Amino acid sequence: MLMLPAAMIDGIMYAAWLFLVAVGLTLIYGVMKILNLAHGAFYTLGAYVAATFVGFWLAGDYNPYYSYLLLLLAGVIGGLILGVVVERGILRRFYKEDQVVLLLVTYAIFLILEDVVKMIWGVEPYIISQPYGLLGSFNIGLLYYPNYNFVILGAAILSGVGLALFLKFTRPGKLLRVVIHDREISMALGINVQRYFLVTFVAGSILAALGGALTAPTISVAPEIGVEVIVLAFAVIVIGGLGSLPGAALGALIVGLVRSFAVHYFPEVELFSIYAVMAVVLIVRPMGLFAAAEPRKI
Amino acid sequence: MSHQIKVISAAVAVALFALGSTAQADEKPIKVGIVTFMSGAAAGPFGVPARHGAEVLFEELNAGKVPAPYDSVGFGGTPLEFVYIDESGGTSQQVTEFRNMVDRAGVDMVIGYTSSGNCLAIAPVAEELKTLTMLYDCGTPRIFEDDTHHYVFRPVAHGTMDNVGAAMYAVDQKPNLETYAGINQNYAWGQDSWRDFEGALKQLKPDVKLTTSQMPKLGAGQYNAEISAIMASNPDILHSSFYGGDLEGLIVQAQPRGMMEHVPTILTTGETITHDNKIKIPDGTIIGARGPHGVFAPDSELNTWFRNAYRDQIKGDPWYPSYKMAQTILGTKAAYEKAKADNGGKAPNTEQIIAAFKGLTFVSPSGEVKMALGNGHQAVQEVVYGTAKNVDGKLTFEHVKRYPSEVVTPPEGVKSEDWIKNGMKH
Amino acid sequence: MKVSSMLRQQHALIALLATLVLIALGIGLSSWQFVVVVALAKGLAALGLVLLLRCGLVSFGQGLYYCAGAYAVGMAMSYLGIRDLVPLLLLATVSAALIAALLGVLLSRYRDIFFAILTLAFTMILYGLLIRNPVLGGSDGFNVLSPGFFLLADGALSRRTMFIITAVVVGVSIWAVQRYLATPMGRLGPAMKDNEIRVEYLGASARRNIFWNYTLAGALAGLGGGLTSFSIGHIDPDLAFWTTSGEFLFIAILGGTRNAYAPFLGAIALELIRSLAFQYVPNAWQIVIGVSMLVIIIFLPGGLISIARLWLRSSARGG
Repeated sequence: MLMLPAAMIDGIMYAAWLFLVAVGLTLIYGVMKILNLAHGAFYTLGAYVAATFVGFWLAGDYNPYYSYLLLLLAGVIGGLILGVVVERGILRRFYKEDQVVLLLVTYAIFLILEDVVKMIWGVEPYIISQPYGLLGSFNIGLLYYPNYNFVILGAAILSGVGLALFLKFTRPGKLLRVVIHDREISMALGINVQRYFLVTFVAGSILAALGGALTAPTISVAPEIGVEVIVLAFAVIVIGGLGSLPGAALGALIVGLVRSFAVHYFPEVELFSIYAVMAVVLIVRPMGLFAAAEPRKI
Repeated sequence: MSHQIKVISAAVAVALFALGSTAQADEKPIKVGIVTFMSGAAAGPFGVPARHGAEVLFEELNAGKVPAPYDSVGFGGTPLEFVYIDESGGTSQQVTEFRNMVDRAGVDMVIGYTSSGNCLAIAPVAEELKTLTMLYDCGTPRIFEDDTHHYVFRPVAHGTMDNVGAAMYAVDQKPNLETYAGINQNYAWGQDSWRDFEGALKQLKPDVKLTTSQMPKLGAGQYNAEISAIMASNPDILHSSFYGGDLEGLIVQAQPRGMMEHVPTILTTGETITHDNKIKIPDGTIIGARGPHGVFAPDSELNTWFRNAYRDQIKGDPWYPSYKMAQTILGTKAAYEKAKADNGGKAPNTEQIIAAFKGLTFVSPSGEVKMALGNGHQAVQEVVYGTAKNVDGKLTFEHVKRYPSEVVTPPEGVKSEDWIKNGMKH
Repeated sequence: MKVSSMLRQQHALIALLATLVLIALGIGLSSWQFVVVVALAKGLAALGLVLLLRCGLVSFGQGLYYCAGAYAVGMAMSYLGIRDLVPLLLLATVSAALIAALLGVLLSRYRDIFFAILTLAFTMILYGLLIRNPVLGGSDGFNVLSPGFFLLADGALSRRTMFIITAVVVGVSIWAVQRYLATPMGRLGPAMKDNEIRVEYLGASARRNIFWNYTLAGALAGLGGGLTSFSIGHIDPDLAFWTTSGEFLFIAILGGTRNAYAPFLGAIALELIRSLAFQYVPNAWQIVIGVSMLVIIIFLPGGLISIARLWLRSSARGG
């Protein structure tokens, strides 16, 4: 009766949220071949900056409809500053190391950022829920959904389509695809790979921070909100194919729908369904559902 | 002659020195390790208010400003020294920190522990190191139901009564209850809470039907699908043991969708979110404080003193974890002073404090506390539930019901799980 | 032939010496004994990881076997009533090895990031299974009593004896792994890391080699898990959470992957750093660990063991 459309809507909304938080991660992996474990910390930072901006704005009794702009601003500014600082300051020194080491470096960055956030904002939670309810809601029968979900859906679609168009049609986008395909040849062709790394990392961190900022009105912003997000984003891009943009979308859709149907029909299964799905996909098609098979280098 | 004077002056010197050092021995403060969450998800709702409670007690006790029968300085005249340890990092880390506290920092006793996992891991270590340990918050009944402990005390009630009481309140408030649902975190705390609630409810009203039991991961943060599932299944009542960021997230996400307005929700630890005026608790929400704590504490001189001292020092109201910490510290003080009196006024050793603590009855800002279970090591108290009602923008409670301990807690020697399955006889 | 038997004697001697030094330290600095015994148990899991790292594989799944070993001990004590140390540790090691062999058949087909992610997925699946299992205590876990040892100690070994036994077990493991690394199969690891295809041209089976390394790594982690359950006295599903495996990875990088001693150096160093950070900067201990990681990676990419080698080499030269 009500369950099927509810499950579908919940699945799609969750998928949109997943895509938004995962797309930055897959972008960074695709270009730089780095699995950025600090991704969760960028998400957390975006949420905190948003909480600060919007909290300040709402306390000042200004027009609450501008808070949406502030959310976007928080994501962009937070992601920009943090991305540049981390890439230039820390990550750049380790590019010559192999993947394992880089993974640990990003994990170290994650640990450091967790405590930094705690030092700046403390351990008390921040709540800025007003923008969540401000846009009203729509209903299907007895079930009401806040219209704010369209903001997240819209952001997910915009970022996905925007990135896809950028990669396909703009010149820097095409060059980025070359870098994704083969780093060494790109360097040989004279492409400034270092600069593309910086731009990509910053773009990825902005997307992560934006995810956090847009999520902030729906949750209580507290330390450790990023921990769960890393795992989810990870699962999404692995299922879809590391480094693949349409893969991230498909992965998000699969995870979102599976989880939503599990919640509605088999709530007992939920706990490790995502790891099971991840394992099954990896066993059957290790490159993920979308990534092209890579030739082995001899 | 001079030789005799030398001997006498030497004797006098030794006597003075001995007196002086015993005086110093009396003055050596009692070092207490206070362990509670200072980082992580449990810090905001539990660890920080508990720590504040400890800080207030520290100031007030050392200044001797607590009303009778606790008006002596510190414990029995000896001032206190508190060492604060973060409870985060997992059981392995906590076991290490406990040993560090005792072996390296030399604490005389330990008060703390919110997480049931930590309590279970720490109890045998406390026994091994022969260190008096008071558990102030963790809910699992397993501590004294599965084992006996000599050095471990829990001067607050355990978690069974939270959910048995919730079931009783639900049936009292809604005698025509037909369906129920739950949303709890999928780990021991949430699983046990749900199991106890469902078990008790089925005993009270055998023909109730479950519509859905949601068990999202701890820290999941996004509950829109769960909210849809719950609303679509249309239960008469919803049970949740959520706390902290998860609870706040649930309420924020439920609010524009009207879940808690349509489905009366029981929040067993809900008292902790009644203090943040950014969170609106809808009318009809049933709030618990894990005992007669916080807003449910009965009027008394001790309660008034505690609230005033806390407001002065912390600039906010005390939450239920603050009450539980205060109760634990004062219970320890009562046991210490009883042991000291029994010892002829001399500072008691650990064994004497243990003997005094066993089966003790003492008063706290939450009322009278009896160490009646676990062979005298486990306290019992009543559990209190109330229904939220917003009056002129302020949160108040109506239909406040108190359930005495015999009704909501299994008797000595009976395990909680079995007691509920067998009809909760008392 | 003579050279290799000399080498073998050298291995045994050094391992024996290291064990004795450890025991002396543990007895002398009794307040650090607990920290060291926990570090040694973790070091065993990291040692298994080192075997895999030498093959060029990163595993986020050592925690699975660590947890399996610990729970094997716990369950054997509770359900089978076994209290004796030796059968318990054997059970821990063998059960972990069996699970590793089972998963190893599948996992040996994968490399690089896919191997890493699959191992992470499997350890989290175990975590999920344990959390939902109220019989084993769910997320609260359960307590493990002190074991006995044949007829000694009448049922419960003291802390100090447990420490000595742990040190001896570790010493034997180090010696065994050092010997293994000197065998052709042990030496194949770095070759596979460099170029797996050429290794196959040479006639060795990369897949088989990885399978055996993986099983051995699982066995070592299981042994470590069993020892941990005795020292800490409490086990819970957190042992299988991916951050535990992440900690082993950190230990392995901190210590180095050069030989079998390195991970133990790393484990002790990490426990020391963590204890001190927790004590002196409780609000910033994660920053301390993160920064230490970065410092090691920049300045000591070979891990702490490279300091030891430099020191040994210079003292040998200096005379």
